[in-house]
Amino acid sequence: MIIEGTAVVIPLDDVDTDVMYPGQFIGILDDDEMAKHLFEGLDPTLRDQLVGDTVLLAGSNFGTGSSRENVPAAMRASGIRCVVARSFARIFHRNCINLGMPALTCPDAVAAARPGSAVRVEPESGSIRVDGRAFSSTPLPPFMLELLQAGGLVPWIRGRRA
Amino acid sequence: MGLTLAEKILLAHCEADRVAPGDFVMARCDVVMANDLGGPHAARELVKMGVDRVFDPSKVVVVADHLAPAKDIRSAELLKALKEWCDRQGVTYYDQGRGGIEHTVLCEEGWVVPGSVIVGADSHSCTYGALGAFGTGMGATDIAGALALGSFWQIVPGTIVVEYTGEKGDYVTGKDLILALIAEIGVAGATGMALEFVGDGAAALTVDERLAVSNMAVEAGADTGLFPADAVTAEYLRGRTDRPWTAERSDEDAEVASRVRIALADVPPLIALPHSPGNVVPVVEAVGRKIDQVYIGNCANGTITDLRQAAEMLRGRTVHRDCRAIIVPASQRIYRQALAEGLLDAFVEAGCAVMTPTCGACLGGHSGVIGEGESAITTTNRNFRGRMGSNEAFVHLANAWVAAAAAVAGEIVHPADVAGKAAA
Repeated sequence: MIIEGTAVVIPLDDVDTDVMYPGQFIGILDDDEMAKHLFEGLDPTLRDQLVGDTVLLAGSNFGTGSSRENVPAAMRASGIRCVVARSFARIFHRNCINLGMPALTCPDAVAAARPGSAVRVEPESGSIRVDGRAFSSTPLPPFMLELLQAGGLVPWIRGRRA
Repeated sequence: MGLTLAEKILLAHCEADRVAPGDFVMARCDVVMANDLGGPHAARELVKMGVDRVFDPSKVVVVADHLAPAKDIRSAELLKALKEWCDRQGVTYYDQGRGGIEHTVLCEEGWVVPGSVIVGADSHSCTYGALGAFGTGMGATDIAGALALGSFWQIVPGTIVVEYTGEKGDYVTGKDLILALIAEIGVAGATGMALEFVGDGAAALTVDERLAVSNMAVEAGADTGLFPADAVTAEYLRGRTDRPWTAERSDEDAEVASRVRIALADVPPLIALPHSPGNVVPVVEAVGRKIDQVYIGNCANGTITDLRQAAEMLRGRTVHRDCRAIIVPASQRIYRQALAEGLLDAFVEAGCAVMTPTCGACLGGHSGVIGEGESAITTTNRNFRGRMGSNEAFVHLANAWVAAAAAVAGEIVHPADVAGKAAA
């Protein structure tokens, strides 16, 4: 699996899922509809940067707080293909993996990235390139890679039942 | 080498012969909980998984609380579809007027016993740790997986042992104990960890106060926050449940990630200032901040204990003319108990709005959201920017005494200063 995209950078720590997707929109079930409210409480203009395939680079404890899956679902629907952070909050990280979206921990890659940087990620090896510079992320456990290769928990379970 | 309580519980719920922090396991669920947000979403993902029936209807419980009573037409239709789904699946459904806030309801109604594993479509499912259960929160797809398989993937957490020693001072509650811990270790200090609360100060806490402590374990990043079951737990469970359970605790020689010791004598009433549960100061350092709305309720601190504390401040007094106060008992049982004790009458007489159990304004959903420039003090668990409504509003977290005292004063005040003034 190789992911290539343009960097969108959120250089803050402890960015919570409430600001990324406020509670007033939480009853929405349609992913494309959710995408219209992504980052609403953080910086709605970030949505303008989400053009084509993007890779989101973020600070530490990214996605802290609520378990609302609206956040990674809206990210996926907005063209974000991968999230690289200094570190992740647990439930947000689970949600990304379950939706088949690689979420990798690599502080050096986050430090190197600028908005618009070209980012290339290989989840299996953990290799990340930012504008040609190479970085190594913390390896994901084999089961998470298995889920990512399946496309997420839904296809993984569907495949087991087939 | 011995095992921690979290390791023992997970070991008893997976196929592995041994477990250690960092191990991957598929853990069996004793209960899968969903609410009116994650529930409809999970039901849809379940269909995509090609699964018609949940793994075991007797182990699935659904609670209407985030959107209920329906705040708008979309919510009404979600709730309607959710009830129909529950009826079709044959799972337990607590509709509005029959349950209350999910975590309170599951504990009160006997779904939670020590040593069990409970996953919930809500991050505060760690609350079940108060009764010695490995309760943990997750998203809708995770819950769909648990509904399909009866199990979920889990990395075995390390354990941070939190030792509370000594006796609490006046106007100090479980809320202050967990805020003190978050202030100490930070909002990500327990990522990849289970918290385990021990010591004479922990053992002396009532179940209501333990619920407040465990509820905010996730605010430190933890998977769950466990109180080893004891006589207090057994007394609470008597008559609530016929589920079998045994009291387990960590082995003496279990390897833990770290130990934190907090002397309760050193913990004053605390407050988390905007916009982080980790932004904690003593109440005395925040006095004089003007408050527009007081909110007493939610899955952390909407218990009868909290309502009694609030009533102590509000009975015979009046909510300040420039302040609004909202009281939300966390369940129908608590509502009736508060009614029987005359607490609700005292609240209404003081000028509070008393609401039906709901998550409502805690997450900025409905029933008391706040506007631009407004400040609230609440007994809830999160004060992120925009959490209770406007992005330009300010939320302070505190215990029920402190929150209710602010309702009387119209500003943050030490509860002793309100109590010291004779009721009218």
